[in-house]
Amino acid sequence: MPKIALLVGTRKGAWIYRSDAARLAWHTDGPHFLGHIVHHMVLDPRDGRTLLAAAKTGHLGPTIFRSTDMGKSWAEARHPPAFAKAPDGETGRSVDHTFWLTPGHASQPGVWYAGTSPHGLFRSEDHGVTWEGVAGLNDNPQYREWMGGPQDGTPDGPKLHSLLVDPRDGNHLYLGMSSGGVHETRDAGASWTPLVAGMAVVFGDASVIQSHDPHCLALCPTLPDRLYLQNHCGIYRIDRPSDEWQRIGRNMPGEIGDIGFPIVAHPRDPDTLWCSRWTAPTSGRAPARAGGPPPI
Amino acid sequence: MRIGIPDALRSYTGAAEVIADGATVAQMFAALDAHYPGLRFRVIDEQGNFRRHMRCFVNGVQTFDLNGALSAQDEITIVQALSGG
Repeated sequence: MPKIALLVGTRKGAWIYRSDAARLAWHTDGPHFLGHIVHHMVLDPRDGRTLLAAAKTGHLGPTIFRSTDMGKSWAEARHPPAFAKAPDGETGRSVDHTFWLTPGHASQPGVWYAGTSPHGLFRSEDHGVTWEGVAGLNDNPQYREWMGGPQDGTPDGPKLHSLLVDPRDGNHLYLGMSSGGVHETRDAGASWTPLVAGMAVVFGDASVIQSHDPHCLALCPTLPDRLYLQNHCGIYRIDRPSDEWQRIGRNMPGEIGDIGFPIVAHPRDPDTLWCSRWTAPTSGRAPARAGGPPPI
Repeated sequence: MRIGIPDALRSYTGAAEVIADGATVAQMFAALDAHYPGLRFRVIDEQGNFRRHMRCFVNGVQTFDLNGALSAQDEITIVQALSGG
Protein backbone atom coordinates (compact mmCIF):
# COMPACT_ATOMS: atom_id res chain seq x y z
CA MET A 1 0.00 0.00 0.00
CA PRO A 2 1.40 3.45 -0.85
CA LYS A 3 2.87 5.48 1.97
CA ILE A 4 1.87 9.08 2.54
CA ALA A 5 3.84 11.75 4.37
CA LEU A 6 2.55 15.19 5.27
CA LEU A 7 5.36 17.69 5.81
CA VAL A 8 4.29 20.44 8.22
CA GLY A 9 6.34 23.55 9.01
CA THR A 10 5.30 25.80 11.90
CA ARG A 11 6.69 28.63 14.00
CA LYS A 12 7.69 26.06 16.62
CA GLY A 13 9.32 23.41 14.49
CA ALA A 14 8.50 20.83 11.83
CA TRP A 15 6.55 17.60 11.89
CA ILE A 16 6.21 14.67 9.52
CA TYR A 17 2.88 12.86 9.65
CA ARG A 18 2.94 9.41 8.07
CA SER A 19 0.08 7.21 6.95
CA ASP A 20 -0.95 4.84 4.21
CA ALA A 21 -3.40 5.30 1.35
CA ALA A 22 -6.34 4.69 3.67
CA ARG A 23 -5.29 7.68 5.81
CA LEU A 24 -7.20 6.33 8.82
CA ALA A 25 -4.26 6.32 11.23
CA TRP A 26 -1.32 8.68 11.37
CA HIS A 27 2.09 8.41 12.98
CA THR A 28 3.55 11.65 14.29
CA ASP A 29 7.26 12.21 13.74
CA GLY A 30 8.53 15.36 15.43
CA PRO A 31 9.12 17.99 16.41
CA HIS A 32 12.14 18.47 14.23
CA PHE A 33 14.09 21.67 15.00
CA LEU A 34 12.05 22.49 18.11
CA GLY A 35 11.93 26.25 18.52
CA HIS A 36 12.78 26.98 14.90
CA ILE A 37 10.46 28.75 12.51
CA VAL A 38 10.23 26.33 9.61
CA HIS A 39 8.84 28.22 6.63
CA HIS A 40 9.02 25.36 4.15
CA MET A 41 9.92 21.68 4.12
CA VAL A 42 10.01 19.92 0.77
CA LEU A 43 10.68 16.34 -0.39
CA ASP A 44 12.70 15.88 -3.57
CA PRO A 45 10.41 13.92 -5.91
CA ARG A 46 13.45 12.95 -7.98
CA ASP A 47 14.84 10.61 -5.33
CA GLY A 48 11.98 10.29 -2.85
CA ARG A 49 14.19 10.61 0.23
CA THR A 50 15.94 14.00 0.31
CA LEU A 51 14.22 16.60 2.44
CA LEU A 52 15.12 20.26 2.66
CA ALA A 53 13.83 22.51 5.44
CA ALA A 54 14.15 26.29 5.54
CA ALA A 55 14.57 27.36 9.16
CA LYS A 56 15.46 30.19 11.47
CA THR A 57 14.64 31.05 15.05
CA GLY A 58 13.45 34.28 16.56
CA HIS A 59 17.08 35.02 17.35
CA LEU A 60 19.41 33.08 15.10
CA GLY A 61 19.87 33.77 11.42
CA PRO A 62 18.43 31.68 8.60
CA THR A 63 19.70 28.36 7.37
CA ILE A 64 18.68 25.27 5.46
CA PHE A 65 18.76 21.77 6.88
CA ARG A 66 19.06 18.67 4.72
CA SER A 67 18.11 15.08 5.28
CA THR A 68 18.80 12.19 2.95
CA ASP A 69 16.90 9.63 5.02
CA MET A 70 13.45 11.21 5.20
CA GLY A 71 14.13 13.10 8.40
CA LYS A 72 15.92 10.49 10.50
CA SER A 73 19.00 12.70 10.53
CA TRP A 74 19.72 16.25 9.41
CA ALA A 75 22.78 18.22 8.33
CA GLU A 76 23.02 21.95 7.79
CA ALA A 77 23.74 23.47 4.40
CA ARG A 78 27.42 24.40 4.17
CA HIS A 79 26.61 27.71 2.49
CA PRO A 80 22.96 28.74 2.99
CA PRO A 81 21.38 31.42 0.79
CA ALA A 82 23.09 34.77 1.41
CA PHE A 83 23.33 37.94 -0.63
CA ALA A 84 26.71 39.18 -1.81
CA LYS A 85 28.54 41.47 0.57
CA ALA A 86 28.05 45.08 -0.38
CA PRO A 87 31.08 47.23 -1.26
CA ASP A 88 32.42 49.31 1.63
CA GLY A 89 30.22 52.30 2.29
CA GLU A 90 27.13 50.76 0.69
CA THR A 91 24.21 49.07 2.40
CA GLY A 92 23.72 45.48 1.36
CA ARG A 93 20.83 43.09 1.71
CA SER A 94 20.79 40.31 4.27
CA VAL A 95 18.58 37.25 4.07
CA ASP A 96 16.13 37.35 6.97
CA HIS A 97 14.62 33.98 6.15
CA THR A 98 14.26 31.51 3.34
CA PHE A 99 10.56 31.28 2.62
CA TRP A 100 10.34 28.92 -0.35
CA LEU A 101 12.07 25.80 -1.66
CA THR A 102 11.55 24.17 -5.05
CA PRO A 103 13.35 21.15 -6.51
CA GLY A 104 14.68 21.76 -10.02
CA HIS A 105 13.68 20.05 -13.23
CA ALA A 106 13.65 16.24 -13.42
CA SER A 107 16.59 16.40 -15.83
CA GLN A 108 18.64 18.44 -13.33
CA PRO A 109 19.21 16.22 -10.28
CA GLY A 110 20.71 18.16 -7.42
CA VAL A 111 19.31 21.51 -8.57
CA TRP A 112 17.10 23.37 -6.09
CA TYR A 113 15.77 26.92 -5.91
CA ALA A 114 15.19 28.98 -2.78
CA GLY A 115 13.16 32.17 -2.41
CA THR A 116 13.95 34.51 0.45
CA SER A 117 12.85 37.58 2.37
CA PRO A 118 13.82 40.22 1.39
CA HIS A 119 13.21 39.22 -2.22
CA GLY A 120 16.00 37.01 -3.44
CA LEU A 121 16.37 33.92 -5.60
CA PHE A 122 19.09 31.36 -4.93
CA ARG A 123 20.10 28.17 -6.71
CA SER A 124 21.86 25.05 -5.52
CA GLU A 125 23.43 22.51 -7.83
CA ASP A 126 24.52 20.08 -5.12
CA HIS A 127 21.25 19.00 -3.49
CA GLY A 128 21.11 22.06 -1.22
CA VAL A 129 24.59 21.87 0.30
CA THR A 130 25.71 25.21 -1.14
CA TRP A 131 23.66 28.07 -2.61
CA GLU A 132 24.46 30.93 -4.96
CA GLY A 133 22.36 33.97 -5.81
CA VAL A 134 20.64 34.11 -9.20
CA ALA A 135 22.18 37.33 -10.46
CA GLY A 136 19.61 37.81 -13.21
CA LEU A 137 17.05 38.55 -10.53
CA ASN A 138 18.96 39.59 -7.40
CA ASP A 139 21.17 42.05 -9.29
CA ASN A 140 18.60 43.02 -11.90
CA PRO A 141 18.73 46.77 -12.68
CA GLN A 142 14.94 46.83 -12.25
CA TYR A 143 15.09 45.24 -8.79
CA ARG A 144 13.96 48.38 -6.97
CA GLU A 145 11.37 49.21 -9.63
CA TRP A 146 9.83 45.75 -9.34
CA MET A 147 10.21 45.07 -5.65
CA GLY A 148 10.69 48.35 -3.80
CA GLY A 149 13.00 48.66 -0.84
CA PRO A 150 13.71 46.04 1.79
CA GLN A 151 11.12 47.55 4.13
CA ASP A 152 8.35 47.52 1.53
CA GLY A 153 5.93 44.67 1.38
CA THR A 154 4.34 42.33 3.85
CA PRO A 155 4.69 42.90 7.61
CA ASP A 156 7.03 39.94 8.12
CA GLY A 157 9.11 41.07 5.16
CA PRO A 158 8.57 40.83 1.39
CA LYS A 159 8.86 37.29 0.13
CA LEU A 160 9.84 35.52 -3.07
CA HIS A 161 7.65 32.44 -3.34
CA SER A 162 5.93 29.98 -5.66
CA LEU A 163 8.91 29.24 -7.86
CA LEU A 164 7.51 26.91 -10.54
CA VAL A 165 9.49 24.81 -13.01
CA ASP A 166 7.97 24.00 -16.39
CA PRO A 167 8.06 20.19 -16.56
CA ARG A 168 8.82 20.46 -20.30
CA ASP A 169 11.77 22.86 -19.97
CA GLY A 170 14.00 23.29 -16.93
CA ASN A 171 15.04 26.75 -18.09
CA HIS A 172 11.44 28.01 -18.06
CA LEU A 173 10.52 29.23 -14.58
CA TYR A 174 7.82 31.32 -12.97
CA LEU A 175 7.86 32.98 -9.56
CA GLY A 176 5.76 35.28 -7.43
CA MET A 177 6.82 38.05 -5.08
CA SER A 178 4.74 39.78 -2.46
CA SER A 179 4.84 43.42 -3.54
CA GLY A 180 6.79 42.38 -6.62
CA GLY A 181 4.42 40.66 -9.05
CA VAL A 182 4.69 37.49 -11.11
CA HIS A 183 7.74 37.02 -13.33
CA GLU A 184 8.84 34.53 -15.96
CA THR A 185 12.22 33.45 -17.31
CA ARG A 186 12.98 31.23 -20.29
CA ASP A 187 16.76 31.24 -19.82
CA ALA A 188 17.15 29.70 -16.35
CA GLY A 189 16.99 33.04 -14.58
CA ALA A 190 19.36 35.14 -16.68
CA SER A 191 16.50 37.48 -17.67
CA TRP A 192 12.99 37.98 -16.35
CA THR A 193 9.74 39.40 -17.72
CA PRO A 194 6.85 40.57 -15.52
CA LEU A 195 3.58 38.71 -16.05
CA VAL A 196 0.92 40.80 -14.34
CA ALA A 197 -1.52 41.98 -17.06
CA GLY A 198 -5.13 41.47 -16.07
CA MET A 199 -4.51 41.40 -12.33
CA ALA A 200 -6.09 43.94 -10.02
CA VAL A 201 -4.14 45.69 -7.27
CA VAL A 202 -5.31 46.96 -3.88
CA PHE A 203 -3.24 50.13 -3.83
CA GLY A 204 -1.72 52.24 -6.56
CA ASP A 205 -1.39 51.76 -10.27
CA ALA A 206 -1.71 48.28 -11.79
CA SER A 207 0.97 49.20 -14.31
CA VAL A 208 3.46 49.48 -11.44
CA ILE A 209 4.90 46.03 -10.84
CA GLN A 210 5.56 46.73 -7.17
CA SER A 211 1.81 47.22 -6.62
CA HIS A 212 1.11 43.56 -7.39
CA ASP A 213 0.87 41.19 -4.46
CA PRO A 214 0.59 37.58 -5.59
CA HIS A 215 0.03 35.22 -2.66
CA CYS A 216 0.43 31.86 -4.35
CA LEU A 217 0.98 30.50 -7.86
CA ALA A 218 0.25 26.96 -9.04
CA LEU A 219 1.05 25.22 -12.32
CA CYS A 220 -1.07 22.33 -13.60
CA PRO A 221 1.20 19.29 -13.91
CA THR A 222 -0.81 17.77 -16.76
CA LEU A 223 -1.34 21.09 -18.58
CA PRO A 224 1.79 23.17 -17.90
CA ASP A 225 0.53 26.10 -19.96
CA ARG A 226 -2.17 26.68 -17.35
CA LEU A 227 -1.36 28.52 -14.13
CA TYR A 228 -3.56 29.56 -11.28
CA LEU A 229 -2.90 32.48 -8.96
CA GLN A 230 -4.30 33.85 -5.75
CA ASN A 231 -3.39 37.46 -5.08
CA HIS A 232 -4.50 40.24 -2.77
CA CYS A 233 -7.64 40.77 -4.89
CA GLY A 234 -8.84 37.38 -6.10
CA ILE A 235 -8.24 34.07 -7.86
CA TYR A 236 -6.93 34.13 -11.43
CA ARG A 237 -6.09 31.76 -14.26
CA ILE A 238 -3.86 32.14 -17.29
CA ASP A 239 -3.48 29.85 -20.29
CA ARG A 240 -0.21 30.50 -22.04
CA PRO A 241 0.81 31.79 -24.47
CA SER A 242 -1.69 34.41 -23.35
CA ASP A 243 -0.06 37.11 -21.24
CA GLU A 244 -3.26 38.16 -19.53
CA TRP A 245 -4.69 36.73 -16.33
CA GLN A 246 -8.44 36.08 -16.13
CA ARG A 247 -10.19 36.47 -12.79
CA ILE A 248 -12.12 33.27 -12.08
CA GLY A 249 -12.67 33.77 -8.36
CA ARG A 250 -15.96 35.57 -8.79
CA ASN A 251 -17.48 32.10 -9.16
CA MET A 252 -16.61 31.34 -5.56
CA PRO A 253 -19.42 31.20 -2.99
CA GLY A 254 -20.17 34.71 -1.77
CA GLU A 255 -19.69 33.87 1.90
CA ILE A 256 -16.20 32.61 1.14
CA GLY A 257 -14.98 35.10 -1.42
CA ASP A 258 -11.86 34.65 -3.48
CA ILE A 259 -9.15 36.27 -1.41
CA GLY A 260 -6.83 33.92 0.40
CA PHE A 261 -3.36 32.47 0.41
CA PRO A 262 -2.82 28.78 -0.38
CA ILE A 263 -3.88 27.22 -3.66
CA VAL A 264 -3.16 23.74 -4.95
CA ALA A 265 -3.63 22.53 -8.51
CA HIS A 266 -5.03 19.05 -9.00
CA PRO A 267 -2.25 16.60 -9.95
CA ARG A 268 -4.22 15.24 -12.94
CA ASP A 269 -7.27 17.42 -13.63
CA PRO A 270 -6.26 20.90 -14.83
CA ASP A 271 -9.82 22.18 -14.33
CA THR A 272 -9.68 21.60 -10.58
CA LEU A 273 -8.03 23.93 -8.08
CA TRP A 274 -8.17 23.90 -4.29
CA CYS A 275 -8.03 27.19 -2.45
CA SER A 276 -8.82 28.55 0.98
CA ARG A 277 -10.21 31.81 2.18
CA TRP A 278 -8.44 34.67 3.96
CA THR A 279 -9.13 33.27 7.43
CA ALA A 280 -10.07 29.72 8.22
CA PRO A 281 -13.82 29.19 8.63
CA THR A 282 -14.84 28.33 12.17
CA SER A 283 -16.96 25.47 10.86
CA GLY A 284 -13.79 23.70 9.77
CA ARG A 285 -15.23 23.11 6.33
CA ALA A 286 -13.05 21.78 3.58
CA PRO A 287 -11.21 24.17 1.27
CA ALA A 288 -13.31 25.55 -1.53
CA ARG A 289 -12.98 24.28 -5.06
CA ALA A 290 -12.72 26.59 -8.02
CA GLY A 291 -11.76 26.21 -11.64
CA GLY A 292 -13.61 25.89 -14.92
CA PRO A 293 -13.82 28.62 -17.48
CA PRO A 294 -13.55 32.24 -16.39
CA PRO A 295 -16.90 34.00 -15.89
CA ILE A 296 -16.33 36.53 -18.63
CA MET B 1 40.31 32.32 24.92
CA ARG B 2 37.15 31.08 26.60
CA ILE B 3 33.87 31.70 24.85
CA GLY B 4 30.48 31.35 26.52
CA ILE B 5 27.87 29.87 24.19
CA PRO B 6 24.13 30.56 24.56
CA ASP B 7 21.71 27.67 24.67
CA ALA B 8 20.44 28.36 21.14
CA LEU B 9 23.91 27.68 19.70
CA ARG B 10 24.82 24.61 21.75
CA SER B 11 23.47 22.33 19.03
CA TYR B 12 26.64 23.43 17.20
CA THR B 13 29.17 23.27 20.05
CA GLY B 14 27.66 20.66 22.34
CA ALA B 15 29.02 22.70 25.23
CA ALA B 16 28.26 25.89 27.14
CA GLU B 17 31.87 27.02 26.87
CA VAL B 18 34.46 26.45 24.18
CA ILE B 19 38.01 27.56 23.45
CA ALA B 20 39.03 29.37 20.24
CA ASP B 21 41.85 31.62 19.06
CA GLY B 22 41.82 34.89 17.17
CA ALA B 23 43.52 38.26 17.24
CA THR B 24 40.23 40.01 16.46
CA VAL B 25 36.54 39.36 17.00
CA ALA B 26 36.22 38.45 13.31
CA GLN B 27 39.08 35.94 13.57
CA MET B 28 37.58 34.45 16.70
CA PHE B 29 34.26 33.88 14.90
CA ALA B 30 36.12 32.45 11.90
CA ALA B 31 37.88 30.01 14.22
CA LEU B 32 34.57 29.10 15.84
CA ASP B 33 33.02 28.50 12.43
CA ALA B 34 35.92 26.30 11.40
CA HIS B 35 35.28 24.08 14.41
CA TYR B 36 31.50 24.37 14.38
CA PRO B 37 30.42 24.98 10.77
CA GLY B 38 27.41 27.24 10.37
CA LEU B 39 27.65 28.90 13.78
CA ARG B 40 28.99 32.24 12.52
CA PHE B 41 26.20 32.85 9.99
CA ARG B 42 23.58 32.40 12.68
CA VAL B 43 25.17 35.20 14.69
CA ILE B 44 26.57 37.54 12.00
CA ASP B 45 24.86 38.20 8.66
CA GLU B 46 26.43 38.32 5.21
CA GLN B 47 27.01 42.07 5.52
CA GLY B 48 29.12 41.59 8.63
CA ASN B 49 26.51 42.81 11.11
CA PHE B 50 25.53 41.09 14.33
CA ARG B 51 22.00 39.83 14.01
CA ARG B 52 19.33 41.82 15.78
CA HIS B 53 18.98 39.54 18.78
CA MET B 54 22.55 38.35 19.09
CA ARG B 55 25.15 40.12 21.20
CA CYS B 56 28.85 39.64 21.89
CA PHE B 57 30.60 40.75 25.07
CA VAL B 58 34.36 40.96 25.60
CA ASN B 59 35.25 40.91 29.29
CA GLY B 60 31.71 42.04 30.04
CA VAL B 61 31.68 44.91 27.54
CA GLN B 62 29.38 44.71 24.55
CA THR B 63 31.03 45.03 21.14
CA PHE B 64 29.76 45.33 17.58
CA ASP B 65 33.25 45.79 16.15
CA LEU B 66 34.43 42.73 14.29
CA ASN B 67 37.85 44.37 13.97
CA GLY B 68 38.19 44.77 17.72
CA ALA B 69 41.45 43.31 19.06
CA LEU B 70 41.41 40.28 21.35
CA SER B 71 44.00 38.65 23.57
CA ALA B 72 44.26 35.10 24.79
CA GLN B 73 43.18 36.13 28.28
CA ASP B 74 39.91 37.72 27.16
CA GLU B 75 36.61 36.17 28.12
CA ILE B 76 34.00 36.23 25.37
CA THR B 77 30.30 35.75 25.93
CA ILE B 78 27.84 35.34 23.08
CA VAL B 79 24.37 36.25 24.30
CA GLN B 80 20.97 35.61 22.82
CA ALA B 81 18.97 38.75 23.56
CA LEU B 82 15.27 38.73 24.30
CA SER B 83 12.74 41.26 23.14
CA GLY B 84 9.02 41.69 23.03
CA GLY B 85 6.29 42.30 25.56
